Amino acid sequence: MNELLNKLLFLPEQASTFAERVDSLHYFVVTVTMLSSFVTGTAAIYFFFRYRRRADHQTTEYVIPSVKTEFVFVSLPLVFFLAWFVIGFRDFVYVQTPPKDSMDVYVMGKQWMWKFSYPEGPNGVNVLHVPANRPVRLLITSRDVLHSFFVPAFRIKMDAVPGRYTQTWFEATKPGTYQILCTEYCGLSHSKMLGEVVVLSPEEWDAWVKEQRKGGLQNRQDALADLALEPETARMSAQGQKVAAEVGCFKCHTVNGEPHIGPTFQGMYGRMETMQDGTSLRVDEAYITQSMMDPGAHLVTGFPNVMPTFQGKLTGPQTAAIVEYIKTLRTPDIRTGATQGPVYEPIQ
Amino acid sequence: MSPSSSTEAVPGAVPAPDEHHEHHPSYLVDGTTVKSWLLTLDHKRIGVMYLIWVLLFFLIGGTYALVVRLELLTPGPTIIDAMTYNRAFTMHGVVMIFLFMIPAIPGAFGNFMLPLMLGAKDVAFPRLNLLSLYLLLIGAMIAIWGMINGGMDTGWTFYTPYSTHTTTTVAPILFGAFIIGFSSIATGLNFIVTTHTMRAPGITWFKMPLFVWAMYATACIQVLATPVLGLVLLLVVGEQLFHFGIFDPARGGDPVLFQHLFWFYSHPAVYIMVLPSFGVMSEIVAAFSRKNIFGYRAVAFSSLGIAFVGFFAWGHHMFVSGQSTFNAGVFAVLTMLVGVFTAIKVFNWVGTVYKGAVDFKTPFAYFCGFLYFTVFGGMTGVAFATASLDVPWHDTYFVVAHFHFIMVGATIMAFMAAIHYWFPKMFGRMYHEGWGLVSAALIILGFNATFIPQFLLGNAGMPRRYYEYPERFQTLNVASTAGASLLALGFIISAIYLVYALVYGEKAASNPWHSKGYEWLTESPPPTHNFVGPQPIYTEEPHFYVDPEKAEEPYEV
Repeated sequence: MNELLNKLLFLPEQASTFAERVDSLHYFVVTVTMLSSFVTGTAAIYFFFRYRRRADHQTTEYVIPSVKTEFVFVSLPLVFFLAWFVIGFRDFVYVQTPPKDSMDVYVMGKQWMWKFSYPEGPNGVNVLHVPANRPVRLLITSRDVLHSFFVPAFRIKMDAVPGRYTQTWFEATKPGTYQILCTEYCGLSHSKMLGEVVVLSPEEWDAWVKEQRKGGLQNRQDALADLALEPETARMSAQGQKVAAEVGCFKCHTVNGEPHIGPTFQGMYGRMETMQDGTSLRVDEAYITQSMMDPGAHLVTGFPNVMPTFQGKLTGPQTAAIVEYIKTLRTPDIRTGATQGPVYEPIQ
Repeated sequence: MSPSSSTEAVPGAVPAPDEHHEHHPSYLVDGTTVKSWLLTLDHKRIGVMYLIWVLLFFLIGGTYALVVRLELLTPGPTIIDAMTYNRAFTMHGVVMIFLFMIPAIPGAFGNFMLPLMLGAKDVAFPRLNLLSLYLLLIGAMIAIWGMINGGMDTGWTFYTPYSTHTTTTVAPILFGAFIIGFSSIATGLNFIVTTHTMRAPGITWFKMPLFVWAMYATACIQVLATPVLGLVLLLVVGEQLFHFGIFDPARGGDPVLFQHLFWFYSHPAVYIMVLPSFGVMSEIVAAFSRKNIFGYRAVAFSSLGIAFVGFFAWGHHMFVSGQSTFNAGVFAVLTMLVGVFTAIKVFNWVGTVYKGAVDFKTPFAYFCGFLYFTVFGGMTGVAFATASLDVPWHDTYFVVAHFHFIMVGATIMAFMAAIHYWFPKMFGRMYHEGWGLVSAALIILGFNATFIPQFLLGNAGMPRRYYEYPERFQTLNVASTAGASLLALGFIISAIYLVYALVYGEKAASNPWHSKGYEWLTESPPPTHNFVGPQPIYTEEPHFYVDPEKAEEPYEV
């Protein structure tokens, strides 16, 4: 049944855990749509013939709907639509919430290519290597204009917005190669901004990682070529430490737990912070990025609004590297709680 | 107000021409100089001029559409280069939306029919009405000047930061759209004031024709939402020319802010396009079924309901923009309410046919197409609001197919139906029924053939605005282009026999459909001041075809 409907509706193959969930709702929605247009259409066609005009000045009966009829007219679609909503929103929450143990990959859209950086180790342009049956969280940003990361076979999509990180995740179920398309119009070569995801079996994945680490430096951290950094610091967190020192983060932020002009980086990632407006939030990639780009947006209680913006001074990969660096400074004992960031297993 | 108090006037009858006065020429021949048309304050002449212009804009937009479809015939380059293609789909969208779909029905038929349906001599502000036509034309000329001198390649949504980075001519086109916005606001204001203040004695709110209800709801959206678009377009122009830094993240701006502001107008704008068509169809289904509207109040209130919740649904355009999950849930539910209100209308239209006396003429053929497009387009709209399904469909051809079905399908069906239904009213001549049905069939078939493959393309994952595409999408694209040719053929046939009918068509009877719509209570074509002699007395609901003996006891279903 699944395969037949999949073919009939021209859906691509289902290669992620999300694909199957989305498709079953898809079938339900299509069936209801078809049935209701069939019923409405048949009723209309029957009426056209049954009640065709027989005399030029024919009068008609004064028919009005009873409250009961109008109630049915309202409640029938409402019930179906709410059912779709409930299932759809549950699935949407699923794809918006990466599991704790996801592997992270940074994705940067750029006219007209996709760049992938792994927090430790290799990277790629237009080809994303991931292991099968393991959740992969994508932290997506853009260097220039809006792009949108779309893998039809996984049924996932997320916009790449310059100046901030968005995230989505997937768990690929079968090894193979799947197309990546850009779905947000981004200029002249929008339709050529294609890439692919290569899903590897666990053994192939290990071999690939090993190969990458052995491989020449040109295979590593291509994104970091933008930084003109020394080749030996290929790990993203090490890059981050270096960038942070260069742009002067440590003038105000310590890494040993002592507060200075700004909050310490030690243990910052994943911490619940109370903001000056009384709200509290958990420090994650999005918050750290925002604080670099727009420092005054959410100030942690007790610290003055003195940080300059780094908007336009840091590139996408540099921002990602600093985030990764801060992530390495977390203390193990605070890694609890449902919304805590993923525990990353280093590729080594 | 009570019918018995007036002894002479027959309820709902065409008043006899007053013999003591001289003959009253129709509005068409009352003054034949060019100046008498261009500077006219007569809502009917303004309506006719709107009709001519929107048809011209439809031709321009349609030509762009065919160029785009032809380009997509093969996976690689076919007839134009990538930059030309990007400009072509942008201009197709801009022209069709701002110059055809938004002004078409309110401008042409709203202007012509609204005062007639309210028993008024004109709209409340005739000079403002003329101004709104000229604002539309000035805006159009500026935009078309920009199209000729460089063109724009952003897509009609003008998403920043691309629209502020591109080197193409964004400013004149956005400025043109800004001016067109004033035209839309002026028309809306005029209709609101006319409906409130110029109803003839006897036309209470619940005796207004449903077309008036639909125009009223549309006008509310036009007046409330259009200013937001105007301002955001100016901001984009400012950002591009003077680097304001409102939307550009490199200057501390927020590109997602643009999307919020843009869709706050542009989502309600969808209802500026479809609500008038709902109004037209309510008139036509009643006239050709010879039946009172089933659930008049439900249909009237659902127009207002759509206008209201339409303002709270814009966030469903941004499910994958990084918006919070909670927001997505709220916008998803609110969007579904639009679907429920539309469903009420659909059910009541089908209910109107029940126990009617159906005459299957060209406007009714368009009603059938409309019913089907609305159900399908509406249901796919709700499917989009289902957040998880939107994730794979967002910005693919499924979106293109969906909004063409609901926005374009419904509007075109209503526009064509309105032309045929009101042709004798406006021009006093009849079109050829046989050709009317042939072209209606071609247009409905062609439309399906064009856009059903696009639903499937979207399922398969083809993103919109693609100049080149992977080869596996080709079959469906060829099918879609073939459908577009059929669609074009249907429109060409219509154009030929309608222009022919304008000159050589059989003279129409005053009310050839025996319709009981209020606009038929005067001569066809109407005289300059709409009514000659005593005004008609409005005692019955519009479209009341009931045998007077049975009228006392409504039959509930």
